[in-house]
Amino acid sequence: MLSTLHSPRSLSRFPLHLTSSVKPRAASASSASSLSDYPPPPLPAAQSPGGAPASQILTVRRSLLSGSVTATQLAESYLSRLRLTEPQLNSFIHVSDSVLKSAQEIDDKIAKGGGEALGPLAGVMVGVKDNICTADMPSTGGSRILENYRPPFDATAVKRLKEKGGIVVGKTNLDEFGMGSTTEGSGFQVTANPWDLGRVPGGSSGGSASAVSARQCVVSLGSDTGGSVRQPASFCGVVGLKPTYGRVSRFGLMAYASSLDVIGCLGTSVADVGIFLNAISGHDKFDATSSKQSLFTSINLLESKPLSGLKVGLIRETLDDGVDSGVKSAINAAVLHMQELGCIVNEVSLPSFSLGLPAYYILASSESSSNLSRYDGVRYGKQTVSDELNALYANSRASGFGPEVKMRILMGTYALSAGYYDAYYKRAQQVRTLIRESFKTALETNDILISPAAPSVAYKMGMLVVSYYS
Amino acid sequence: MQVSSSSILPPGNVIQAQPLFLNSSALLRRKNGVLYCTMKSTSHSHTQTATEEKQQQKSPQKIKVPPQKQMKEVSKIGADYEAVIGIETHVQLSTLTKAFCSCPYSYGAQPNTCICPVCMGLPGALPVLNSKVIECAVKLALALNCRLSFSSKFDRKQYFYPDLPKGYQISQFDIPIATGGSIDLDLPLEFGGGHRRFGITRIHMEEDAGKLMHSGNGSYSQSNHPSQVDLNRAGVPLLEIVSEPDMRTGIEASEYAAELQRVVRYLGVSNGNMQEGSLRCDVNVSVRPIGQAEFGTKVEIKNLNSFSAINRAIDFEISRQVNLHSQGQQDSIVQETRLWEEGAQKTVTMRKKEGLADYRYFPEPDLPEVVLTKAYMDSVGKSLPELPEAKRRRYEEMGLSMQDVLFLANDIAVADFFDATIQKGADVKLAANWIMGDIAAYLKNEKLSINDIKLVPHELAELIASIKSGTISGKIGKEILFELLAKGGTVKGLIEEKDLVQITDLVDIEKMVDKVIAENPKQLEQYRSGKTKLQGYFAGQVMKASKGKANPGILNKVLVEKLNAKV
Repeated sequence: MLSTLHSPRSLSRFPLHLTSSVKPRAASASSASSLSDYPPPPLPAAQSPGGAPASQILTVRRSLLSGSVTATQLAESYLSRLRLTEPQLNSFIHVSDSVLKSAQEIDDKIAKGGGEALGPLAGVMVGVKDNICTADMPSTGGSRILENYRPPFDATAVKRLKEKGGIVVGKTNLDEFGMGSTTEGSGFQVTANPWDLGRVPGGSSGGSASAVSARQCVVSLGSDTGGSVRQPASFCGVVGLKPTYGRVSRFGLMAYASSLDVIGCLGTSVADVGIFLNAISGHDKFDATSSKQSLFTSINLLESKPLSGLKVGLIRETLDDGVDSGVKSAINAAVLHMQELGCIVNEVSLPSFSLGLPAYYILASSESSSNLSRYDGVRYGKQTVSDELNALYANSRASGFGPEVKMRILMGTYALSAGYYDAYYKRAQQVRTLIRESFKTALETNDILISPAAPSVAYKMGMLVVSYYS
Repeated sequence: MQVSSSSILPPGNVIQAQPLFLNSSALLRRKNGVLYCTMKSTSHSHTQTATEEKQQQKSPQKIKVPPQKQMKEVSKIGADYEAVIGIETHVQLSTLTKAFCSCPYSYGAQPNTCICPVCMGLPGALPVLNSKVIECAVKLALALNCRLSFSSKFDRKQYFYPDLPKGYQISQFDIPIATGGSIDLDLPLEFGGGHRRFGITRIHMEEDAGKLMHSGNGSYSQSNHPSQVDLNRAGVPLLEIVSEPDMRTGIEASEYAAELQRVVRYLGVSNGNMQEGSLRCDVNVSVRPIGQAEFGTKVEIKNLNSFSAINRAIDFEISRQVNLHSQGQQDSIVQETRLWEEGAQKTVTMRKKEGLADYRYFPEPDLPEVVLTKAYMDSVGKSLPELPEAKRRRYEEMGLSMQDVLFLANDIAVADFFDATIQKGADVKLAANWIMGDIAAYLKNEKLSINDIKLVPHELAELIASIKSGTISGKIGKEILFELLAKGGTVKGLIEEKDLVQITDLVDIEKMVDKVIAENPKQLEQYRSGKTKLQGYFAGQVMKASKGKANPGILNKVLVEKLNAKV
């Protein structure tokens, strides 16, 4: 529903394609080293004629098929860049040890003349948010309660990207179970913003955004419950796509708020996230809420005026007070750019917009209080040995969960309690219906609606006392 | 499932390597949820029925208080007080796979062998509804005359317990799939008989929990594992049927449960086996002075593993409450859950309710609404078999006695056998007698179900016709029956093979009678001097000589003539 706008520098002034000259910079004064000192992956410069960043995925494919680079070379270069940058960034909780093996398999296929049969993501290095299950790697959800937990299955999105040739490079850091907007809420480590190591990458998919931004991988999977793909994409200057609910199967995504959770894509170009989404989306018989509606079949990215006549609504309430002037001017620049491309941009008002955040907090907390009940120390995860049942639960959960998670569980438990349900949960559902209706109405007169993804640029680390989005 | 169950089994990853300490006092302090104690060791055949239980009930060594005595007590106080009884029944559905995943479930399987990421509640696993569960629910709802909801939803019932992997049970709360029905039944004659109709408040779908295995249970307990969890049963589909508080006595309640068992067995939605926990009843009992409009304080009774336990537990509880009432101590009846103790034949406090448990129900976001179309309801309705109540009324109209009706309609397999037999043209009463007599006795002795025997309805009809037509005698008929039960074959084949056709030829019989009389001059003399009882002896000798084939009617007629003939 909401399109993601990136900051103007990523939109036009600093196109994020892989040339040797333009890379995320480590501009922070506190940082001694600059990430741009590290060599980029050996790919030719990719830029489409219109100046927009071109698809890295297509570039990888062309390079592999032409034989100008092997999947192994590509993987090695990404891995070495990852090793060099990771000490400053901490994007990853776990790095796969089978990357080169997977790359070799692709090279073998190409060597046997099977190049044309390669999947659309062949040789593409993918980061996977650590709340998305992977069978061959730990999956912790950023929580100590799942330290060293290894799922016995791949999430559907992971399974699909692997089937299409994608190589999972590792598991990216996040706010514990997706609850936060800075990635400082991880149970394990703090991730830095590659553009300024003193700032946060946003969250909760901060590791995924940071890894793509720093070219530690080509694309990454994130998850978005209340902005957790869009906001870190904005903070890290990459493209973040939060698909419609149900577009991507949630099977294998550790549930935070089931009715809101969506697996999303992060990449350096709109084309890449489009291709990536196509690869992982579609109905899944293991997720009863996944959509059976088919996705668009193709996007012609090279058409000269694809947006001609498109009616765009700019949501007035998202540019109210409290939004940085820099963000506002970036939006205005984006509006101008869209108009140049033939869009008809109008302001629309969604009076119920401001109700979204409080309703979100009630609903997400309520669902999370239920979804996180399974982390009880009985079957898997952290267990604090106790001689009595209630103590087993209390000690395991007290030592396993971080403070933000505990707060949301408490809030959600309260909101669902007898006597409070109507005032909180039920009322929030009614508000949700109102908001959905007002969006529907706005979309009757507009093809798309736009807004900033976040009201500010990335905050300095340790600045945010109260979480804002997640 | 995306993952085969074997691939998740290496316990290093998934199942806690550390021991889970639980002690029994922790269990007793549990406020939420239910622990059903089903005993694995009882190996009872699947065809155990209410009737059999009534027989068990009569065996003196099992019961310390004879039910008659208890009944008298109840009826004595029945003049001043009235009991109000409602029942919540959980029926485990015999679907091939669980409610929300593709795991098969088989009772008695090794612990944790029928599990997958979904029913173990692993992170990221999601439920997907097995459509057979809806079909079973719709069938039962229609059979119990309920109103179906065109759109119902699932909710989460939340509480912590080690047998509940997700920390919530997927159930239906405010919009169940069916409401407002009724069930009809006939009370057994030994309890006074009579027809009853009890209201059904609602039916809803939910999932079962796993089982805790405590130490002392033998094979599963290890020294440092006081309690372990078996999740085989977690996620098995259940229907919960809530009755209106329409029952007044223990026998009404146990017959309600027995009728429910018949209905689910007729429908084929469950095996209804109480010993295996496939049919579980929780009973609410309160007592009020006759004439009082409002209900008394209700007490819930659990651990009722048989129909007779339901009956006796309720009658005990009614006596207990009435006694408190009549001593002016009705205030000491508190809202609580009591446990039926089979050994002591009494109910004891399990836990007192300190206010209502807060399960924090909310709509299950992982599952879409359950939407039923009229066309679907109609097609399921058309597929329903004849139900026990309709069968009983039909048998009654055929002229069968209530005793016969209740016996035949009790077990759908027996009823099907009976129906098939009479469809082949067999005499209704004779067919009933054969099935209830020799066939039932054989089944009991051999511990078989009627489906296990070699005799087919067509041959039973043939047998009955052969006797009726005089081709064979009743005695030979019995012999043939046991042959057919054990080995199969056809009536005609056996008659030919063994040359069993009845001798009805007058001359042949006269010859045999003459011969026997001639061979027994002493007995003849005694007979003729007044010891007419010896006619039986002569008849026996003739029958023996005919190898049992002589028509008894003709034989006796000829014999009497000859014995009394003036020399």
